[in-house]
Amino acid sequence: MNFDDTPQEAKFRSEVRSWIAANAPKELESELKEASLGRIKLKSGDVLQLSKEWQKKKAKGGWACLQWPKEYGGRGSTPIERVIWQQEEGIYNKLGAPFLIGQGMCGPVLMTYANDDVKKRYLPPLASGDEIWCQLFSEPSAGSDVAGLRTRAEKDGNDWIVNGQKIWTSGAHYSDYGLLVVRTDPNVPKHQGLSMFFLDMKSPGVEIRPIKQASGASEFNEVYFTNVRIPDKQRLGNVGEGWNVALTTLMNERYAIGSGVATGFPEIFDYCNSLMTEDGPAIDDRAVRSKLATWATRTSGLKYTTYRTISALSRGERPGPENSIGKLVAGSMLQEIATFALDLQGAAGVLVDNDQKEVAGQFQKMVLSSPSSRIAGGTDEVMRNIIAERVLGLPGDIRVDKDVPFNKIPTKGRA
Amino acid sequence: MNFDFSDDQKQLRDQARRFLAEKCTSKAVRQVLEGKDTYDRSLWKGLAELGFLGVAIPEEFGGSGAGHLELCVIAEELGRVVAPVPFASSIYLAAEAIMLAGTDAQKRKYLPGLASGEKIGTLALFEGKGKLSPAAIKAQVANGAVSGTKTPVPDGEIADFAIVVARSGNSGRESDIALYIVDLTGKGVERRSLQSIDPTHNQAEIKFNGAPAELLGRADEGWSNLTRVLDRAAVLVAFEQVGGAERALEMGRDYALDRMAFGRPIGSFQAVKHILADMYVSATLARSNAYYAAWALSTNSSELAEAAAAARISATQAFQHCSKQNIQVHGGMGFTWEFDCHLYYRRSNALALGLGSMSYWEDQLIDRMRTRNTEAA
Ligand SMILES: Cc1cc2nc3c(=O)[nH]c(=O)nc-3n(C[C@H](O)[C@H](O)[C@H](O)COP(=O)(O)OP(=O)(O)OC[C@H]3O[C@@H](n4cnc5c(N)ncnc54)[C@H](O)[C@@H]3O)c2cc1C
Repeated sequence: MNFDDTPQEAKFRSEVRSWIAANAPKELESELKEASLGRIKLKSGDVLQLSKEWQKKKAKGGWACLQWPKEYGGRGSTPIERVIWQQEEGIYNKLGAPFLIGQGMCGPVLMTYANDDVKKRYLPPLASGDEIWCQLFSEPSAGSDVAGLRTRAEKDGNDWIVNGQKIWTSGAHYSDYGLLVVRTDPNVPKHQGLSMFFLDMKSPGVEIRPIKQASGASEFNEVYFTNVRIPDKQRLGNVGEGWNVALTTLMNERYAIGSGVATGFPEIFDYCNSLMTEDGPAIDDRAVRSKLATWATRTSGLKYTTYRTISALSRGERPGPENSIGKLVAGSMLQEIATFALDLQGAAGVLVDNDQKEVAGQFQKMVLSSPSSRIAGGTDEVMRNIIAERVLGLPGDIRVDKDVPFNKIPTKGRA
Repeated sequence: MNFDFSDDQKQLRDQARRFLAEKCTSKAVRQVLEGKDTYDRSLWKGLAELGFLGVAIPEEFGGSGAGHLELCVIAEELGRVVAPVPFASSIYLAAEAIMLAGTDAQKRKYLPGLASGEKIGTLALFEGKGKLSPAAIKAQVANGAVSGTKTPVPDGEIADFAIVVARSGNSGRESDIALYIVDLTGKGVERRSLQSIDPTHNQAEIKFNGAPAELLGRADEGWSNLTRVLDRAAVLVAFEQVGGAERALEMGRDYALDRMAFGRPIGSFQAVKHILADMYVSATLARSNAYYAAWALSTNSSELAEAAAAARISATQAFQHCSKQNIQVHGGMGFTWEFDCHLYYRRSNALALGLGSMSYWEDQLIDRMRTRNTEAA
């Protein structure tokens, strides 16, 4: 048991380190450190612009999407090298947020299902951040049960005509392309009638409307499709096999999110460590200590679980299922921590007024944004189902709609 | 990075698992549970013969000198089968204390007996209720003899000698506290077994009345040596707890697959699936924390104290959580004497207290993190 790099890994790490030292936008460092939670805002400028600049620089230096082949804008690195890069990139990782969905989920689908021309055209700009992609899966009637989606595509010559609505599409408003799953056959059971496409978000008939979130911000959208024409050559995978294609992204989604999710622990520890109460430092309080200790061990438990996964990668093995717990543990911890921090502030914890708020109001922001981390990318309940079924081998849910043609499935919960 | 056990260590685990599956059956555990004996003597002998008692004891002192990672591997397997033997008292506590603080002569005198299993040691620390702290130690040594009452002492009835935590002076400071080796079969020692929530481990009260006491380590470093021994033992017990937690999870999973209700296996109900998924989560976090502590223990890292406290808290919570939810998944059957669920429930709650209660370890963890934070700033 050791934490040492192999000689090769050590060489790679030092190469990464010196490149980052020479190239990272150090002027953003302190701001990035503070902006540790959720989607960030920077005083130094437009986050999207600054993110694109860093991504571009990485791409030029050959440090974008490391695990992708060189010809598609990557570096042809091993999984362990990608992890080393992530560790060394550290705080600047946060600038990668706008590209996460495209590079983490859409890219792998293109890699698996697109022909070489498509890959050569779309992957390099996706890697360099010149083009941003979004994921058009969820619909008003299909979230956890995404295979129940209703957006229709009908064949018209060499094109498909798409009508319907997507929802919760993160970043649709600044995306250039979208990965879109639609129903091409409503007469067969739901998983069998889906197909996957990609499309230009500027296509005629695509309308993007921002959704105002519970937190007050607007990062996701509704996307409406009215007679949107998509050429058949933008189809990924066979007609009717869209579900399998979608699974490729969903698996990548969990992997990408599982590594390095926000827990809120470093923030609450620093806060309790510096906060003075009438009875002395907050961190000396028995009840505070007890909570901190539990959160500390959950946080370290996640960290070392990731290390176990990395070890498997480093040996060239496929990682086990341990990493599936990351999002589930971190999501509810973030929410618990945020409410606890407000409680420590007493009645004033309610305030976000500029001259009143404590520690830049970060815990108030955390309270308001944290519910999403238990929903996005698979709800807590769906994650538990996955652990129970895929890891522990328990029976799947009873699926009353499994063998029913899609257009015969009931749609109302209460008559 | 290789944050995992080596192939040799995994082989050792398989060997231990096979041996324990045969020798440490539920029936064997119940012999001790039901008071037929204070521990499983034939299992103890078997563990000694396989060299398991001495894996972390150097060769020159009668062990195999393999190391602490090997000991962690064995601890996990003992935890899986709730082994009714004084392994923790004798090896994680007594042997570790002597290896840490003993003179060469003391090591030569005591370690070979512990490694061969012929002698059993323990730690006599607690003096009744309350939090673990120097102030709680009242036992006093004068003129080389100890007086005072220790309770509960794990395996106190069966141990041949104990490391006794006592006062060497009366200044009222922490530096009064020293460690002593005391022969429990000699004069001035009176002991009696106590009932506990987990009868698969003996607990006893020991009254010392002028029993000859041999100093272990420096007289003014007793408390710091004690905390270091507790840190080391916490790592090893964490592996027992992880083993127990995972076994409880497997029992629950297996039962959920077999038991039918409403025409389907209960494991197909989401409420049950989610209980089991949460057990998996806590057991996995505990395992990962324990691995880190194992690394710190085996390399004598400066991070050991913090890593041990994290492993202790995580594993205690996981074992308690998994053992109680295992009963829940079993329904009424889980609450019978006949089913093994309660063996794990009992053990999890006993292990949670044996090295000091949660608040002690929470303090250890938070104090270390705070120091590290200040140093970094
Ligand atoms: C911030 C944010 C960003 C997002 N970004 C995107 C995006 O970019 N692209 C995209 O396609 N989607 C996106 N989503 C959508 C997200 O994937 C869905 O919200 C999520 O899968 C849940 O679906 P739903 O909202 O329809 O809730 P529902 O599926 O209606 O769930 C409602 C409740 O029912 C429970 N439930 C549902 N099914 C089960 C079951 N089988 N077992 C137990 N409980 C169940 C859920 O756990 C939940 O508590 C985003 C969501 C959020 C919050």
